[in-house]
Amino acid sequence: MPRWPSTWRELPPGGVIDKPGTSMWVETGTWRSHRPVIHLDKCIKCLMCWVSCPDNSIVRLDNDYVDVEYRYCKGCGICANVCPTKAIDMVEEGGM
Amino acid sequence: MSVTIRQVRTGLNGDEAVAYAVLHADVDVISAYPITPQTIIVERLSEFVHNGELDAEFIPVESEHSALSAALGASLAGARVFTATASQGLALMYEVLYITSSLRAPVVMAIGNRAFSAPINIHCSHDDAYAARDAGWIQFFAETVQEAYDLTIIAYRVSEDERVLLPSIVNLDGFILTHSVEPLHIFRDSKDVSEFLPQRRPVNPIDPDNPITYGPLALQNYYMEIKRQQAEAIYSSKKVINEVFEEYGEFSGRDYSPVKSLYTEDADTVFILLGSTAGTMRYMVKKWRREGRKVGVVSLTLYRPFPEEELIESVGDAENIIVMDRSFSYGSPGGQLYMDVAATFMKRGLNPHLVNVIYGLGGRDFTPEDAEKALEMASKTDVDIVWIGVRGDNYG
Repeated sequence: MPRWPSTWRELPPGGVIDKPGTSMWVETGTWRSHRPVIHLDKCIKCLMCWVSCPDNSIVRLDNDYVDVEYRYCKGCGICANVCPTKAIDMVEEGGM
Repeated sequence: MSVTIRQVRTGLNGDEAVAYAVLHADVDVISAYPITPQTIIVERLSEFVHNGELDAEFIPVESEHSALSAALGASLAGARVFTATASQGLALMYEVLYITSSLRAPVVMAIGNRAFSAPINIHCSHDDAYAARDAGWIQFFAETVQEAYDLTIIAYRVSEDERVLLPSIVNLDGFILTHSVEPLHIFRDSKDVSEFLPQRRPVNPIDPDNPITYGPLALQNYYMEIKRQQAEAIYSSKKVINEVFEEYGEFSGRDYSPVKSLYTEDADTVFILLGSTAGTMRYMVKKWRREGRKVGVVSLTLYRPFPEEELIESVGDAENIIVMDRSFSYGSPGGQLYMDVAATFMKRGLNPHLVNVIYGLGGRDFTPEDAEKALEMASKTDVDIVWIGVRGDNYG
C-alpha cells in the first residue's frame, strides 16, 4: 500500500492518477452492512460467484475453491444469490 | 536574429491574424464551431487544413460544448489544440471551461468578444471574457490586430510550459478588432516560429501503453487539495508569462508586459481598462497632457492571473482611478474590472478615489467626447458608477 500524498504540493497536476490499478489501494469494504460467508462443504467449484462478483472480492484459489477479499467486498450479495448450492450466507456486520 | 528577414508586413483583420498565428503555431487539432464575430478564424483554419497548408485534424463539431470537449480530449492526448468562440458559444462551453483548466489541459482559445443576449447583439462587450474569469484560464487581452497575432503564439508557449499547464484565452474585441484590417508583422511560416515555439512535450499524456486516469472522483478526501494546487498554478504562472513575454520580445522585436502604461508617473488621474479602447484612451491622454492635465492610462494585456503588483506599481500615487468596464456585473458593487482593482488597492491599504465607467456595451462607440465626460466624473465624489453615453442619465 503506497503512501497517500499528504499535502497539495505532492499531487500530480490536475489530480491525474498517473498509474493504472490504483483502485486496489482504496479499501471500499468499509461500506458493507452484510458480509458473505462461504461454506466450503457445500461448494462445488463452479466459480459462478467468482465470475459474477462486480469487484475483485471473490478470490479463486489454486484448487478452484474460493475465498472472500473483505477489503473490497461491499456486501452486495450477488455471490450468495448466484450460488447454485446456497453455499454462501450473507451475515449482518456488527451483529446488532 | 533579424526581424526584417523573419517577418513580413501585411494587412489582416483580427480573426485572420489569429488564424495565421494558429497556422504558425503548427497545431495538431482544431475543434471549433463558427459564431459571429469569430467566424473568420474558423473559416480560414478550415481552408488552411483543406488546402494542405496546415497538417492538422479539423473537427467540425456540432456545438461549442463539443468544440471544447473535443479540444480537451485531444489536448490530454498530447496534441497542440485550438478552439475559438464568442458570447453565447462561450456560455454553451461553460461547464467544460472549468474541466479544461482543472485537468490542466493547455488548450488555447480565442474569443471574439461579443455581448451576451438578450437583447441579441453581435457586437463587442467583454461579457464572455468576464464570464470565464473565475474558470481558471489564463486570459490575455489584445489591443490591436498585431497583439492578437502575437498573444496567440505567446499563449501556446505559456500554456504548454510544464510549470504552468493551464489553458489560455486570447481576447480580441468583436468587430473592432476581429473585422478591422490593420497592418501588422507576421512570421513567414511555422518553421520560423518553431524556434520560439517548439513541438509540444506533453506531461502525462493519454497513452494506451501507459494507462492513467483523467477526471477521477475526489470527494471530501482530496478535492480541496487539488483545488488549492490549481489556485497556486495560476498565480505562479505569472513568472512564466513574464519570461515568455521577454523571450518573445527578443524573438519578434515587439515587447509585451502584463500592463501597458502611458503618462502615469506624475498623473493625478489614471484610467484602467482592457482591450482596443486603450488606443482611444492613449490618444486622449496625449491630448490632455498637451492641455496640461495630469492624466495617465493603464491597459491590461494580462487579465488572469490579475497583475496586481504591476498595476499598483504603474498607477503610482494617482488620487483618482477611473476603471472602465465594457460589461456589468448586475447587482454587484461595480463592474468586474472595477471590483478587481478595488480589491487590489484595498488589500494593500490604499484608498484612492475610485470611479467605475461602464461604456461601449453591445459595440456602442466610445468617443473622445465620452472620454472627456469620463474624466469629468473623476472629480466628483457623489458618483461611483457611471454609464457613459447612456440616454436618461444626466451626470455633470
